[in-house]
Amino acid sequence: MAYSDKVVDHFNNPRNMGSFKKDEEGIGTGMVGAPECGDVMKLQIKVQNDTIVDAKFKTFGCGSAIASSSLATEWLKGKTIEEAQQIKNTDIVQELNLPPVKIHCSVLAEDAIKAALADYQKKSGDKTEAAQ
Amino acid sequence: MKRPIFLDNHSTTPMDPQVLDTMLPYFVEKFGNSASRNHAFGWTAEEAVEQARKQIAKLINADSKEIVFTSGATESNNLAVKGVLEMYKEKGTHIITSSTEHRAVLDTAKSLEAKGLATVTYLPVDKYGMVNPDNVRNAITDKTILISVMLANNEIGTINPIQEIGKIAKAKGILFHCDATQGVGKIPVDVQAMGIDLMSFTAHKIYGPKGVGALYVRKKSPRVRLVAQMDGGGHERGMRSGTLPVPLIVGFGKACELCEQNMAEESARLTTLRNRLQTAIMDSLEESYLNGHPTNRLPGNLNISFAYVEGESLLMGMKDIALSSGSACTSATLEPSYVLRALGVGVELAHSSIRFGLGRFNTDDEIDYTIKKVIEIVTKLRDMSPLYEMAKEGVDLKSVQWAAH
Repeated sequence: MAYSDKVVDHFNNPRNMGSFKKDEEGIGTGMVGAPECGDVMKLQIKVQNDTIVDAKFKTFGCGSAIASSSLATEWLKGKTIEEAQQIKNTDIVQELNLPPVKIHCSVLAEDAIKAALADYQKKSGDKTEAAQ
Repeated sequence: MKRPIFLDNHSTTPMDPQVLDTMLPYFVEKFGNSASRNHAFGWTAEEAVEQARKQIAKLINADSKEIVFTSGATESNNLAVKGVLEMYKEKGTHIITSSTEHRAVLDTAKSLEAKGLATVTYLPVDKYGMVNPDNVRNAITDKTILISVMLANNEIGTINPIQEIGKIAKAKGILFHCDATQGVGKIPVDVQAMGIDLMSFTAHKIYGPKGVGALYVRKKSPRVRLVAQMDGGGHERGMRSGTLPVPLIVGFGKACELCEQNMAEESARLTTLRNRLQTAIMDSLEESYLNGHPTNRLPGNLNISFAYVEGESLLMGMKDIALSSGSACTSATLEPSYVLRALGVGVELAHSSIRFGLGRFNTDDEIDYTIKKVIEIVTKLRDMSPLYEMAKEGVDLKSVQWAAH
């Protein structure tokens, strides 16, 4: 199976690979997938004033899974929480030219985005409650 | 050093140039049909086929009349299992095989089961991938007509105790078929000493051409009979009709002759090279696990799982080395290797496995380059792996509640 140039590029030059400390201020962490299924994605966002100022990923999985999460971090940066909610797996499929057998990689990336956003909202909500 | 490097010699092998030279006259100049009995074209072809038959038989200590040519090992396996069942079904319809056989045997058995023509016992293997002869003995019933166990596994290279299984089969008067596709030409095979009644093998795994294989069918004590699965002109003692592909057969014969001449030297060289690859990789990379038997294994085989990284991404990171992985992502089924699973290797580690297949034309330089590349890419992908990060933080990955998808 041939990989698209974009998948290869993200695989060879992953963007924003790494981790934030989970307890750092304004961090949301999403971890999705399972080792038995052959892919696990960890996606983290750093939020300031409702805007995602930074994002990082770590992925265990095939090249397309790595590329999907790398692309997701690129797209997340600069978006508001609400804009980030709008990212769809089909956008990732289109951008990376993923074949049908790799669509689940894009689904996983969307799930990871949602999970990171939810984690951030839960944490900031908890804090607001605590403050009140 | 030429790239990409071919380290996938279990899938196929490049043809030896000497084999090609031997074949060339049989395409244009000596093109006859070996079944033509009445002219020189036919005689020349027949002579070439019989010469090849002898070369092939010699490699496995058989008589040349016991070699039946087929299109390859898949056909040989089908012919052996289906042909024996059809011939001896009055005696019984029970077949014993193992869970790590090639799909040409497993799916043949499953298709017979699905049609209600046979009952099949799939024997488990131990953690090294070996069939226990006692399990074979215990699985035998008064309806058992065939035991089919492979010589060496195509993924992990583990070599089965064929001689012991052969003895058991003989003592019980049950036919013994061996899929020796990966073993013939690489390790000594002797159908007499091993008690094999039927044996499948193919030319393209031993530096011969693709498209030709053989089924050894024992002629004496016992005389094995088969129902042909291909009807036609009654070639190959009536067991496999179809005009013989003379050039391919000539190449197959030469390939066997070369294997026989070079086996001792070649297997020693490949074992040294393979061990170097194994030691260098496993010494440098923590949590890399050998799959298969540590010693009782094909000389050119090395199968390693690299914890926390996924196989397909490893292959993608080593684009200039041709390798194979047990990862589901590399297969059409989305399930990781059933062979590794049968050994008790966890699904995660099955996803993380790489098979190195060394062959006649691999050089020291290529192995050095591969060592360097493997260490580089595994390290890079582990840096990228959330699982590796968690393991380093001391998280027990088994205790994590994963959301399966």
